[in-house]
Amino acid sequence: MTLMPPLSTTDTPLLQVDGLTKRYGSRIGCLDVSFDLFPGEVLGIVGESGSGKSTLLSCLAGHLTPDLGRVAYDGRDTLTMAETERRRLSRTDWAYVHQNPRDGLRMGVSAGGNVGERLMAVGARHYGGIRDKASDWLGRVEIAADRIDDRPTAFSGGMQQRLQIARNLVTGPRLVFMDEPTGGLDVSVQARLLDLLRGLVRDLGLSVIIVTHDLAVVRLLAHRLMVMKGGRVVEQGLTDQVLDDPQHAYTQLLVSSVLQV
Amino acid sequence: MSDYNFAYLDEQTKRMIRRAILKGIAVPGYQVPFASREMPMPYGWGTGGVQVTAACLVPEDRLKVIDQGADDTTNAVSIRKFFQRTAGVAVTEATTEATIIQTRHRIPETPLTEGQILVYQVPIPEPLRFLEPRETETRKMHELEEYGLMHVKLYEDIARHGQIATAYAYPVKVEGRYVMDPSPIPRFDNPKLSGNCAIQLFGAGREQRIYALPPFTKVVSLDFDDHPFHASKAPHDCDLCGAKHSYLDEVITDDAGGRMFVCSDTDFCSGRRTAGHIGRLGTDPAHSRPHPSPTNAEGGSLPPRGERMGVGAHRQVGSA
Ligand SMILES: Nc1ncnc2c1ncn2[C@@H]1O[C@H](COP(=O)(O)OP(=O)(O)O)[C@@H](O)[C@H]1O
Ligand SMILES: [Mg+2]
Ligand SMILES: [Zn+2]
Repeated sequence: MTLMPPLSTTDTPLLQVDGLTKRYGSRIGCLDVSFDLFPGEVLGIVGESGSGKSTLLSCLAGHLTPDLGRVAYDGRDTLTMAETERRRLSRTDWAYVHQNPRDGLRMGVSAGGNVGERLMAVGARHYGGIRDKASDWLGRVEIAADRIDDRPTAFSGGMQQRLQIARNLVTGPRLVFMDEPTGGLDVSVQARLLDLLRGLVRDLGLSVIIVTHDLAVVRLLAHRLMVMKGGRVVEQGLTDQVLDDPQHAYTQLLVSSVLQV
Repeated sequence: MSDYNFAYLDEQTKRMIRRAILKGIAVPGYQVPFASREMPMPYGWGTGGVQVTAACLVPEDRLKVIDQGADDTTNAVSIRKFFQRTAGVAVTEATTEATIIQTRHRIPETPLTEGQILVYQVPIPEPLRFLEPRETETRKMHELEEYGLMHVKLYEDIARHGQIATAYAYPVKVEGRYVMDPSPIPRFDNPKLSGNCAIQLFGAGREQRIYALPPFTKVVSLDFDDHPFHASKAPHDCDLCGAKHSYLDEVITDDAGGRMFVCSDTDFCSGRRTAGHIGRLGTDPAHSRPHPSPTNAEGGSLPPRGERMGVGAHRQVGSA
Protein backbone atom coordinates (compact mmCIF):
# COMPACT_ATOMS: atom_id res chain seq x y z
CA MET A 1 0.00 0.00 0.00
CA THR A 2 2.89 2.34 0.46
CA LEU A 3 4.53 4.38 -2.20
CA MET A 4 7.19 1.93 -3.23
CA PRO A 5 8.60 -1.32 -2.03
CA PRO A 6 11.22 -1.04 0.71
CA LEU A 7 14.34 0.36 -0.75
CA SER A 8 17.43 -1.35 -1.90
CA THR A 9 19.39 1.11 0.17
CA THR A 10 23.02 1.81 0.32
CA ASP A 11 24.25 1.13 3.79
CA THR A 12 25.10 4.74 4.55
CA PRO A 13 22.28 6.79 6.01
CA LEU A 14 21.70 10.23 4.53
CA LEU A 15 20.70 11.56 7.91
CA GLN A 16 21.72 10.19 11.29
CA VAL A 17 19.95 11.54 14.34
CA ASP A 18 21.13 10.64 17.79
CA GLY A 19 19.65 11.61 21.18
CA LEU A 20 18.14 14.87 19.95
CA THR A 21 16.60 16.93 22.75
CA LYS A 22 15.10 20.40 22.75
CA ARG A 23 13.47 22.10 25.73
CA TYR A 24 11.63 25.37 25.92
CA GLY A 25 12.56 26.39 29.44
CA SER A 26 11.19 23.60 31.56
CA ARG A 27 8.78 22.43 28.86
CA ILE A 28 9.84 19.55 26.65
CA GLY A 29 9.94 20.16 22.91
CA CYS A 30 11.35 16.81 21.92
CA LEU A 31 13.29 14.29 23.97
CA ASP A 32 16.06 11.86 23.09
CA VAL A 33 15.03 11.24 19.49
CA SER A 34 17.20 8.91 17.42
CA PHE A 35 16.76 7.50 13.92
CA ASP A 36 18.49 7.02 10.58
CA LEU A 37 17.11 8.10 7.23
CA PHE A 38 18.41 6.40 4.12
CA PRO A 39 18.64 7.91 0.63
CA GLY A 40 15.30 7.76 -1.16
CA GLU A 41 13.42 6.99 2.02
CA VAL A 42 10.25 8.73 3.16
CA LEU A 43 9.82 8.98 6.91
CA GLY A 44 6.49 10.00 8.35
CA ILE A 45 6.21 11.56 11.80
CA VAL A 46 2.78 11.40 13.40
CA GLY A 47 1.42 12.32 16.80
CA GLU A 48 -1.12 14.59 18.39
CA SER A 49 -0.78 18.34 18.53
CA GLY A 50 2.01 19.39 20.91
CA SER A 51 3.82 16.05 20.67
CA GLY A 52 7.00 17.71 19.39
CA LYS A 53 6.84 17.02 15.66
CA SER A 54 7.51 20.57 14.52
CA THR A 55 10.20 21.07 17.13
CA LEU A 56 11.99 17.97 15.90
CA LEU A 57 11.72 19.02 12.27
CA SER A 58 13.01 22.51 13.03
CA CYS A 59 15.99 21.07 14.88
CA LEU A 60 16.79 18.78 11.97
CA ALA A 61 16.55 21.60 9.43
CA GLY A 62 18.73 23.90 11.50
CA HIS A 63 15.98 26.40 12.30
CA LEU A 64 16.27 25.58 15.99
CA THR A 65 19.36 24.63 17.94
CA PRO A 66 18.81 21.48 20.01
CA ASP A 67 20.09 21.30 23.58
CA LEU A 68 21.52 17.82 23.23
CA GLY A 69 22.21 15.26 20.58
CA ARG A 70 23.81 14.90 17.19
CA VAL A 71 22.60 15.32 13.62
CA ALA A 72 24.81 14.14 10.78
CA TYR A 73 23.91 14.81 7.16
CA ASP A 74 25.88 12.77 4.66
CA GLY A 75 28.38 12.09 7.42
CA ARG A 76 28.80 15.76 8.37
CA ASP A 77 27.75 17.07 11.77
CA THR A 78 25.25 19.82 11.00
CA LEU A 79 25.17 21.15 14.55
CA THR A 80 28.87 21.94 14.74
CA MET A 81 29.42 23.03 11.15
CA ALA A 82 29.75 26.77 10.41
CA GLU A 83 26.44 28.55 9.98
CA THR A 84 27.44 29.61 6.46
CA GLU A 85 27.81 25.99 5.51
CA ARG A 86 24.54 24.96 7.13
CA ARG A 87 22.66 27.76 5.41
CA ARG A 88 24.25 26.77 2.12
CA LEU A 89 23.05 23.21 2.61
CA SER A 90 19.58 24.53 3.28
CA ARG A 91 19.64 26.29 -0.11
CA THR A 92 21.14 23.44 -2.09
CA ASP A 93 20.69 19.98 -0.54
CA TRP A 94 17.69 20.60 1.66
CA ALA A 95 14.21 21.94 1.21
CA TYR A 96 11.61 22.95 3.76
CA VAL A 97 7.91 23.04 3.00
CA HIS A 98 5.91 24.96 5.59
CA GLN A 99 2.32 24.18 6.47
CA ASN A 100 1.32 27.76 5.77
CA PRO A 101 2.53 28.71 2.29
CA ARG A 102 2.83 32.32 3.47
CA ASP A 103 5.73 31.23 5.68
CA GLY A 104 7.52 29.65 2.77
CA LEU A 105 6.79 32.09 -0.06
CA ARG A 106 7.58 35.71 -0.73
CA MET A 107 4.08 37.07 -1.15
CA GLY A 108 5.28 40.31 -2.76
CA VAL A 109 7.29 38.52 -5.44
CA SER A 110 5.94 36.93 -8.64
CA ALA A 111 5.60 33.15 -8.96
CA GLY A 112 8.60 33.11 -11.29
CA GLY A 113 10.67 35.14 -8.84
CA ASN A 114 9.67 32.82 -6.01
CA VAL A 115 10.84 29.78 -7.92
CA GLY A 116 13.93 31.56 -9.24
CA GLU A 117 15.12 32.77 -5.84
CA ARG A 118 16.96 29.60 -4.91
CA LEU A 119 18.61 29.49 -8.33
CA MET A 120 19.82 33.05 -7.90
CA ALA A 121 20.90 32.27 -4.35
CA VAL A 122 23.26 29.65 -5.67
CA GLY A 123 24.64 31.93 -8.33
CA ALA A 124 22.38 31.75 -11.42
CA ARG A 125 22.88 35.02 -13.32
CA HIS A 126 21.14 34.39 -16.63
CA TYR A 127 17.64 35.84 -16.60
CA GLY A 128 16.42 33.78 -19.54
CA GLY A 129 17.75 30.57 -18.03
CA ILE A 130 16.19 31.30 -14.64
CA ARG A 131 12.87 32.03 -16.27
CA ASP A 132 12.94 28.85 -18.35
CA LYS A 133 13.62 26.78 -15.26
CA ALA A 134 10.90 28.56 -13.34
CA SER A 135 8.31 27.92 -16.01
CA ASP A 136 9.38 24.31 -16.28
CA TRP A 137 8.84 23.91 -12.54
CA LEU A 138 5.50 25.70 -12.57
CA GLY A 139 4.42 23.15 -15.16
CA ARG A 140 5.59 20.30 -12.99
CA VAL A 141 3.43 21.48 -10.12
CA GLU A 142 0.50 22.07 -12.46
CA ILE A 143 0.50 25.86 -12.44
CA ALA A 144 -0.32 27.35 -15.84
CA ALA A 145 2.63 28.98 -17.60
CA ASP A 146 0.79 32.28 -17.97
CA ARG A 147 0.66 32.71 -14.18
CA ILE A 148 4.45 33.10 -13.98
CA ASP A 149 4.30 36.84 -13.40
CA ASP A 150 1.40 36.75 -10.94
CA ARG A 151 2.00 37.11 -7.25
CA PRO A 152 1.03 34.27 -4.91
CA THR A 153 -1.56 36.55 -3.33
CA ALA A 154 -3.61 35.93 -6.49
CA PHE A 155 -3.37 32.13 -6.05
CA SER A 156 -5.64 29.71 -4.23
CA GLY A 157 -4.32 27.90 -1.15
CA GLY A 158 -3.61 24.74 -3.11
CA MET A 159 -1.75 26.67 -5.81
CA GLN A 160 0.27 28.51 -3.21
CA GLN A 161 1.29 25.22 -1.67
CA ARG A 162 2.28 23.81 -5.07
CA LEU A 163 4.26 26.97 -5.73
CA GLN A 164 6.05 26.54 -2.44
CA ILE A 165 6.95 23.01 -3.46
CA ALA A 166 8.28 24.14 -6.85
CA ARG A 167 10.30 26.89 -5.18
CA ASN A 168 11.86 24.29 -2.91
CA LEU A 169 12.60 21.61 -5.47
CA VAL A 170 14.02 23.76 -8.26
CA THR A 171 17.62 23.37 -7.07
CA GLY A 172 17.34 19.60 -6.89
CA PRO A 173 17.57 19.06 -3.13
CA ARG A 174 18.17 15.56 -1.77
CA LEU A 175 16.36 15.93 1.52
CA VAL A 176 12.96 17.55 1.93
CA PHE A 177 11.40 18.51 5.26
CA MET A 178 7.64 18.98 5.22
CA ASP A 179 5.56 20.19 8.12
CA GLU A 180 1.89 19.37 7.56
CA PRO A 181 2.08 20.24 3.85
CA THR A 182 -1.58 19.40 3.28
CA GLY A 183 -2.68 21.01 6.52
CA GLY A 184 -4.95 23.95 5.79
CA LEU A 185 -6.37 22.63 2.52
CA ASP A 186 -9.78 21.30 1.47
CA VAL A 187 -9.99 17.54 1.21
CA SER A 188 -10.15 17.42 -2.59
CA VAL A 189 -7.24 19.85 -2.87
CA GLN A 190 -5.33 17.73 -0.37
CA ALA A 191 -5.79 14.62 -2.48
CA ARG A 192 -4.47 16.34 -5.58
CA LEU A 193 -1.48 17.72 -3.72
CA LEU A 194 -0.68 14.32 -2.25
CA ASP A 195 -0.81 12.80 -5.70
CA LEU A 196 1.56 15.40 -6.99
CA LEU A 197 3.92 14.97 -4.05
CA ARG A 198 3.94 11.23 -4.50
CA GLY A 199 4.89 11.59 -8.16
CA LEU A 200 7.66 14.07 -7.43
CA VAL A 201 9.12 12.01 -4.61
CA ARG A 202 9.18 8.96 -6.84
CA ASP A 203 10.53 10.70 -9.95
CA LEU A 204 13.22 12.64 -8.15
CA GLY A 205 14.18 9.91 -5.69
CA LEU A 206 13.83 12.37 -2.81
CA SER A 207 14.47 11.60 0.81
CA VAL A 208 11.64 13.09 2.82
CA ILE A 209 10.73 13.68 6.42
CA ILE A 210 7.06 14.53 6.55
CA VAL A 211 5.23 15.64 9.66
CA THR A 212 1.50 15.16 9.71
CA HIS A 213 -1.37 14.29 11.98
CA ASP A 214 -3.15 12.64 9.07
CA LEU A 215 -2.59 8.89 8.93
CA ALA A 216 -3.90 8.74 5.35
CA VAL A 217 -1.03 10.97 4.29
CA VAL A 218 1.62 8.69 5.75
CA ARG A 219 -0.14 5.61 4.42
CA LEU A 220 0.23 7.05 0.96
CA LEU A 221 3.70 8.54 1.19
CA ALA A 222 5.84 7.11 3.96
CA HIS A 223 7.98 4.00 3.95
CA ARG A 224 8.58 4.30 7.65
CA LEU A 225 6.71 5.85 10.50
CA MET A 226 7.64 7.42 13.78
CA VAL A 227 4.95 7.97 16.40
CA MET A 228 5.56 10.78 18.88
CA LYS A 229 3.94 11.55 22.21
CA GLY A 230 5.01 14.13 24.76
CA GLY A 231 8.20 14.84 22.81
CA ARG A 232 9.32 11.19 22.72
CA VAL A 233 9.23 8.60 19.99
CA VAL A 234 6.96 5.86 21.32
CA GLU A 235 7.04 3.59 18.30
CA GLN A 236 8.72 3.39 14.94
CA GLY A 237 8.83 0.92 12.08
CA LEU A 238 7.62 0.23 8.56
CA THR A 239 4.47 2.19 7.90
CA ASP A 240 2.24 -0.76 7.13
CA GLN A 241 3.49 -2.67 10.13
CA VAL A 242 2.94 0.21 12.52
CA LEU A 243 -0.49 1.02 11.17
CA ASP A 244 -1.71 -2.56 10.80
CA ASP A 245 -0.17 -3.97 13.94
CA PRO A 246 0.52 -1.14 16.38
CA GLN A 247 2.44 -2.21 19.46
CA HIS A 248 2.30 0.84 21.67
CA ALA A 249 -1.00 1.59 23.36
CA TYR A 250 -0.91 5.18 22.17
CA THR A 251 -0.40 4.10 18.57
CA GLN A 252 -3.31 1.69 18.94
CA LEU A 253 -5.51 4.55 20.05
CA LEU A 254 -4.23 6.68 17.20
CA VAL A 255 -4.93 4.03 14.60
CA SER A 256 -8.32 3.13 15.94
CA SER A 257 -9.18 6.80 15.55
CA VAL A 258 -10.30 6.98 19.13
CA LEU A 259 -7.97 9.93 19.42
CA GLN A 260 -8.91 12.92 17.40
CA VAL A 261 -5.41 14.02 16.41
CA MET B 1 28.04 80.82 16.65
CA SER B 2 29.61 80.95 20.08
CA ASP B 3 26.64 78.97 21.40
CA TYR B 4 27.83 75.94 19.50
CA ASN B 5 30.92 73.85 19.26
CA PHE B 6 32.72 73.98 15.88
CA ALA B 7 30.38 72.47 13.28
CA TYR B 8 27.57 72.24 15.86
CA LEU B 9 28.29 68.75 17.27
CA ASP B 10 30.31 68.39 20.47
CA GLU B 11 33.76 66.86 20.19
CA GLN B 12 32.79 63.58 21.80
CA THR B 13 29.98 63.03 19.32
CA LYS B 14 32.29 63.89 16.43
CA ARG B 15 34.86 61.39 17.71
CA MET B 16 32.15 58.72 17.89
CA ILE B 17 31.10 59.50 14.31
CA ARG B 18 34.73 59.53 13.12
CA ARG B 19 35.23 56.08 14.61
CA ALA B 20 32.22 54.85 12.66
CA ILE B 21 33.59 56.48 9.50
CA LEU B 22 37.01 54.88 9.98
CA LYS B 23 35.40 51.52 10.51
CA GLY B 24 33.35 52.07 7.37
CA ILE B 25 36.48 52.90 5.40
CA ALA B 26 38.22 49.82 6.77
CA VAL B 27 35.33 47.60 5.66
CA PRO B 28 34.10 49.14 2.39
CA GLY B 29 30.35 48.88 1.89
CA TYR B 30 29.64 47.62 5.40
CA GLN B 31 26.92 49.51 7.28
CA VAL B 32 28.31 50.73 10.58
CA PRO B 33 25.72 51.59 13.25
CA PHE B 34 26.19 54.92 14.97
CA ALA B 35 24.27 56.91 17.56
CA SER B 36 22.65 59.53 15.38
CA ARG B 37 22.10 62.88 17.13
CA GLU B 38 19.21 65.26 16.92
CA MET B 39 20.06 67.96 14.44
CA PRO B 40 18.29 71.30 14.13
CA MET B 41 16.56 70.17 10.94
CA PRO B 42 14.10 67.42 10.07
CA TYR B 43 15.32 63.91 9.21
CA GLY B 44 14.30 64.22 5.59
CA TRP B 45 16.83 66.99 5.21
CA GLY B 46 19.92 64.87 5.30
CA THR B 47 20.77 64.75 8.98
CA GLY B 48 22.97 61.70 8.40
CA GLY B 49 25.02 63.51 5.79
CA VAL B 50 25.14 66.61 7.96
CA GLN B 51 26.55 64.67 10.90
CA VAL B 52 29.18 63.00 8.72
CA THR B 53 30.14 66.37 7.24
CA ALA B 54 30.30 67.90 10.72
CA ALA B 55 32.62 65.12 11.89
CA CYS B 56 34.94 65.62 8.90
CA LEU B 57 35.07 69.41 8.74
CA VAL B 58 38.17 71.36 9.77
CA PRO B 59 38.40 75.16 9.68
CA GLU B 60 40.48 75.11 6.47
CA ASP B 61 37.81 73.23 4.52
CA ARG B 62 35.87 74.65 1.63
CA LEU B 63 32.37 73.18 1.52
CA LYS B 64 30.05 72.60 -1.40
CA VAL B 65 26.48 71.36 -0.93
CA ILE B 66 24.31 70.06 -3.76
CA ASP B 67 20.80 68.74 -3.99
CA GLN B 68 20.09 66.75 -7.16
CA GLY B 69 23.13 68.43 -8.65
CA ALA B 70 22.08 72.00 -7.85
CA ASP B 71 23.78 74.32 -5.39
CA ASP B 72 20.81 76.65 -5.13
CA THR B 73 17.89 74.56 -3.86
CA THR B 74 16.38 75.33 -0.47
CA ASN B 75 17.88 72.19 0.99
CA ALA B 76 21.39 72.83 -0.30
CA VAL B 77 21.30 76.47 0.65
CA SER B 78 20.17 75.83 4.19
CA ILE B 79 22.77 73.10 4.84
CA ARG B 80 25.48 75.35 3.43
CA LYS B 81 24.31 78.23 5.62
CA PHE B 82 24.19 75.94 8.62
CA PHE B 83 27.89 75.14 8.31
CA GLN B 84 28.84 78.71 7.48
CA ARG B 85 27.17 79.73 10.72
CA THR B 86 28.30 76.87 12.96
CA ALA B 87 31.79 76.22 11.53
CA GLY B 88 32.60 79.45 9.75
CA VAL B 89 34.07 77.47 6.86
CA ALA B 90 34.44 78.81 3.34
CA VAL B 91 31.87 77.64 0.83
CA THR B 92 31.96 77.23 -2.90
CA GLU B 93 29.84 76.06 -5.78
CA ALA B 94 32.86 74.92 -7.79
CA THR B 95 33.38 71.16 -7.62
CA THR B 96 37.09 71.55 -8.27
CA GLU B 97 37.57 74.00 -5.39
CA ALA B 98 35.65 72.10 -2.73
CA THR B 99 37.41 69.93 -0.16
CA ILE B 100 34.14 68.44 1.12
CA ILE B 101 31.00 68.06 -0.98
CA GLN B 102 27.75 67.04 0.67
CA THR B 103 25.29 65.68 -1.86
CA ARG B 104 21.76 64.47 -2.20
CA HIS B 105 21.00 62.25 -5.21
CA ARG B 106 23.97 63.05 -7.49
CA ILE B 107 27.68 62.63 -8.05
CA PRO B 108 29.20 65.74 -9.67
CA GLU B 109 29.99 65.47 -13.38
CA THR B 110 33.46 66.94 -12.91
CA PRO B 111 35.76 64.09 -11.86
CA LEU B 112 36.74 64.31 -8.21
CA THR B 113 40.35 64.39 -7.14
CA GLU B 114 42.46 62.87 -4.41
CA GLY B 115 41.90 64.51 -1.07
CA GLN B 116 38.28 65.41 -1.71
CA ILE B 117 35.48 63.93 0.40
CA LEU B 118 32.02 63.28 -1.03
CA VAL B 119 29.31 62.91 1.64
CA TYR B 120 26.01 61.34 0.56
CA GLN B 121 22.69 61.84 2.29
CA VAL B 122 21.06 58.43 2.60
CA PRO B 123 17.38 57.80 3.32
CA ILE B 124 17.41 53.96 3.40
CA PRO B 125 20.83 52.35 3.76
CA GLU B 126 19.69 48.71 3.55
CA PRO B 127 19.56 47.45 -0.05
CA LEU B 128 17.84 44.22 1.02
CA ARG B 129 15.03 46.02 2.85
CA PHE B 130 12.81 46.00 -0.22
CA LEU B 131 12.25 42.24 -0.04
CA GLU B 132 13.30 41.38 3.50
CA PRO B 133 12.00 43.76 6.14
CA ARG B 134 13.52 41.88 9.10
CA GLU B 135 16.66 43.65 10.23
CA THR B 136 18.04 40.54 11.98
CA GLU B 137 17.70 38.61 8.75
CA THR B 138 19.29 41.26 6.50
CA ARG B 139 22.24 41.54 8.88
CA LYS B 140 22.67 37.76 8.67
CA MET B 141 22.46 37.91 4.88
CA HIS B 142 25.28 40.47 4.74
CA GLU B 143 27.34 38.47 7.19
CA LEU B 144 26.98 35.28 5.17
CA GLU B 145 27.04 37.00 1.75
CA GLU B 146 23.60 35.67 0.90
CA TYR B 147 22.71 38.13 -1.80
CA GLY B 148 20.43 36.08 -4.06
CA LEU B 149 17.56 38.31 -3.00
CA MET B 150 19.09 41.34 -4.72
CA HIS B 151 18.82 39.51 -8.01
CA VAL B 152 15.22 38.58 -7.23
CA LYS B 153 14.50 42.30 -7.18
CA LEU B 154 16.18 42.76 -10.57
CA TYR B 155 14.39 39.65 -11.87
CA GLU B 156 11.06 41.19 -10.86
CA ASP B 157 12.03 44.37 -12.67
CA ILE B 158 12.71 42.57 -15.92
CA ALA B 159 9.62 40.35 -15.57
CA ARG B 160 7.44 43.42 -15.12
CA HIS B 161 9.07 45.98 -17.40
CA GLY B 162 11.06 43.93 -19.89
CA GLN B 163 14.26 45.45 -18.58
CA ILE B 164 15.88 46.49 -15.34
CA ALA B 165 13.79 49.53 -14.57
CA THR B 166 15.53 50.47 -11.34
CA ALA B 167 16.69 53.98 -12.16
CA TYR B 168 17.74 55.20 -8.72
CA ALA B 169 19.51 53.62 -5.77
CA TYR B 170 20.70 50.90 -8.12
CA PRO B 171 22.41 48.22 -5.97
CA VAL B 172 26.14 47.63 -6.21
CA LYS B 173 28.65 45.12 -4.91
CA VAL B 174 31.71 46.58 -3.23
CA GLU B 175 35.10 44.93 -3.70
CA GLY B 176 33.35 41.63 -4.36
CA ARG B 177 31.98 41.56 -0.82
CA TYR B 178 29.19 43.78 0.49
CA VAL B 179 26.10 44.70 -1.46
CA MET B 180 25.42 48.40 -0.95
CA ASP B 181 22.74 50.95 -1.66
CA PRO B 182 24.48 53.94 -3.28
CA SER B 183 21.67 56.26 -2.06
CA PRO B 184 19.12 57.49 -4.60
CA ILE B 185 21.64 58.70 -7.17
CA PRO B 186 20.55 57.96 -10.75
CA ARG B 187 22.07 54.78 -12.07
CA PHE B 188 23.77 57.05 -14.61
CA ASP B 189 26.13 57.96 -11.74
CA ASN B 190 26.90 54.38 -10.69
CA PRO B 191 30.07 54.01 -12.80
CA LYS B 192 31.54 57.04 -10.98
CA LEU B 193 31.32 55.18 -7.67
CA SER B 194 34.02 52.80 -8.81
CA GLY B 195 37.70 53.65 -8.75
CA ASN B 196 36.90 57.17 -7.58
CA CYS B 197 39.88 59.20 -6.28
CA ALA B 198 37.79 60.80 -3.55
CA ILE B 199 36.70 59.36 -0.22
CA GLN B 200 32.97 58.61 -0.44
CA LEU B 201 31.02 58.60 2.82
CA PHE B 202 27.36 57.72 3.27
CA GLY B 203 25.30 58.91 6.23
CA ALA B 204 21.77 57.78 7.13
CA GLY B 205 20.45 59.83 10.07
CA ARG B 206 17.10 58.28 10.82
CA GLU B 207 18.44 54.76 10.25
CA GLN B 208 21.66 55.49 12.16
CA ARG B 209 24.09 53.96 9.69
CA ILE B 210 27.35 55.12 8.13
CA TYR B 211 29.16 53.36 5.32
CA ALA B 212 32.04 54.27 3.07
CA LEU B 213 34.04 53.71 -0.08
CA PRO B 214 37.73 54.49 0.30
CA PRO B 215 39.48 55.91 -2.79
CA PHE B 216 39.88 53.53 -5.73
CA THR B 217 37.37 50.99 -4.44
CA LYS B 218 35.97 48.60 -7.02
CA VAL B 219 32.20 48.99 -7.22
CA VAL B 220 30.14 46.83 -9.56
CA SER B 221 26.47 47.36 -10.41
CA LEU B 222 24.47 44.13 -10.12
CA ASP B 223 22.97 42.70 -13.28
CA PHE B 224 22.25 39.54 -15.29
CA ASP B 225 24.48 38.09 -18.00
CA ASP B 226 21.72 38.58 -20.55
CA HIS B 227 20.58 41.94 -19.12
CA PRO B 228 23.82 43.77 -18.43
CA PHE B 229 23.88 47.01 -16.46
CA HIS B 230 23.99 50.18 -18.45
CA ALA B 231 24.09 53.76 -17.25
CA SER B 232 21.14 55.47 -18.85
CA LYS B 233 20.27 59.09 -19.42
CA ALA B 234 17.80 61.08 -21.51
CA PRO B 235 18.73 60.94 -25.19
CA HIS B 236 19.38 64.68 -25.44
CA ASP B 237 22.15 67.22 -25.17
CA CYS B 238 22.03 69.99 -22.59
CA ASP B 239 20.04 72.87 -24.10
CA LEU B 240 22.19 75.42 -22.30
CA CYS B 241 25.76 74.17 -22.59
CA GLY B 242 25.43 71.48 -25.24
CA ALA B 243 26.98 68.74 -23.04
CA LYS B 244 26.31 65.32 -24.55
CA HIS B 245 27.21 63.11 -21.64
CA SER B 246 25.91 64.83 -18.53
CA TYR B 247 22.82 63.85 -16.56
CA LEU B 248 19.84 66.02 -17.51
CA ASP B 249 16.81 67.49 -15.82
CA GLU B 250 13.72 68.06 -17.85
CA VAL B 251 12.41 71.58 -17.35
CA ILE B 252 8.89 72.62 -18.24
CA THR B 253 9.16 76.04 -19.81
CA ASP B 254 5.54 77.06 -20.44
CA ASP B 255 1.95 75.92 -20.17
CA ALA B 256 1.92 74.81 -23.81
CA GLY B 257 4.09 71.77 -23.16
CA GLY B 258 7.35 73.50 -23.96
CA ARG B 259 10.34 71.88 -22.30
CA MET B 260 14.08 71.88 -22.24
CA PHE B 261 16.83 69.62 -21.00
CA VAL B 262 19.55 71.03 -18.82
CA CYS B 263 22.45 69.59 -16.88
CA SER B 264 21.32 68.65 -13.37
CA ASP B 265 24.83 69.60 -12.22
CA THR B 266 24.51 73.41 -12.18
CA ASP B 267 28.21 74.04 -11.55
CA PHE B 268 29.21 71.80 -14.44
CA CYS B 269 26.76 73.50 -16.78
CA SER B 270 27.70 77.07 -15.90
CA GLY B 271 31.37 76.17 -16.09
CA ARG B 272 30.89 74.94 -19.64
CA ARG B 273 28.96 78.03 -20.61
CA THR B 274 31.64 80.27 -19.14
CA ALA B 275 34.13 78.35 -21.25
CA GLY B 276 32.09 79.22 -24.32
CA HIS B 277 30.04 76.07 -24.92
CA ILE B 278 26.57 76.86 -26.16
CA GLY B 279 23.56 74.58 -26.33
CA ARG B 280 20.36 74.74 -28.37
CA LEU B 281 18.89 77.50 -26.17
CA GLY B 282 22.10 78.63 -24.57
CA THR B 283 22.04 82.21 -25.80
CA ASP B 284 18.47 82.87 -24.72
CA PRO B 285 18.80 84.86 -21.48
CA ALA B 286 15.29 83.83 -20.38
CA HIS B 287 16.54 80.30 -19.98
CA SER B 288 19.95 81.00 -18.59
CA ARG B 289 19.06 79.92 -15.09
CA PRO B 290 16.21 77.50 -14.49
CA HIS B 291 14.39 78.09 -11.27
CA PRO B 292 15.19 75.45 -8.69
CA SER B 293 12.61 72.83 -7.91
CA PRO B 294 10.84 72.75 -4.60
CA THR B 295 12.86 70.50 -2.34
CA ASN B 296 11.72 66.95 -1.79
CA ALA B 297 12.11 65.48 1.64
CA GLU B 298 14.92 62.95 1.53
CA GLY B 299 12.81 60.30 3.18
CA GLY B 300 9.99 60.67 0.70
CA SER B 301 9.60 58.85 -2.54
CA LEU B 302 12.44 58.73 -5.01
CA PRO B 303 12.92 61.59 -7.41
CA PRO B 304 9.70 62.17 -9.26
CA ARG B 305 8.60 61.61 -12.80
CA GLY B 306 10.83 60.81 -15.69
CA GLU B 307 12.81 58.10 -14.00
CA ARG B 308 12.17 55.59 -16.75
CA MET B 309 13.78 57.99 -19.17
CA GLY B 310 16.73 58.64 -16.95
CA VAL B 311 15.62 62.19 -16.49
CA GLY B 312 15.96 63.85 -13.13
CA ALA B 313 13.76 66.37 -11.37
CA HIS B 314 11.36 68.41 -13.39
CA ARG B 315 11.72 72.04 -12.63
CA GLN B 316 8.95 74.47 -13.23
CA VAL B 317 10.48 77.52 -14.82
CA GLY B 318 8.89 80.77 -13.91
CA SER B 319 6.72 79.48 -11.09
CA ALA B 320 6.85 81.65 -8.04
N1 LIG C 1 8.43 28.54 20.77
C1 LIG C 1 7.99 27.77 21.77
N2 LIG C 1 8.10 28.20 23.04
C2 LIG C 1 7.68 27.44 24.08
N3 LIG C 1 7.14 26.23 23.92
C3 LIG C 1 6.99 25.74 22.69
C4 LIG C 1 7.41 26.49 21.54
N4 LIG C 1 7.15 25.76 20.43
C5 LIG C 1 6.60 24.61 20.86
N5 LIG C 1 6.50 24.59 22.21
C6 LIG C 1 5.99 23.49 23.04
O1 LIG C 1 6.74 22.34 22.71
C7 LIG C 1 5.88 21.23 22.62
C8 LIG C 1 5.98 20.62 21.24
O2 LIG C 1 5.43 21.53 20.31
P1 LIG C 1 5.49 21.30 18.74
O3 LIG C 1 6.84 20.86 18.37
O4 LIG C 1 4.96 22.52 18.07
O5 LIG C 1 4.47 20.10 18.55
P2 LIG C 1 3.62 19.61 17.29
O6 LIG C 1 4.28 20.14 16.06
O7 LIG C 1 3.68 18.14 17.38
O8 LIG C 1 2.25 20.12 17.46
C9 LIG C 1 4.50 21.73 22.97
O9 LIG C 1 4.29 21.51 24.34
C10 LIG C 1 4.55 23.19 22.68
O10 LIG C 1 3.67 23.90 23.50
MG1 LIG D 1 3.42 21.34 14.44
ZN1 LIG E 1 24.64 71.95 -19.38
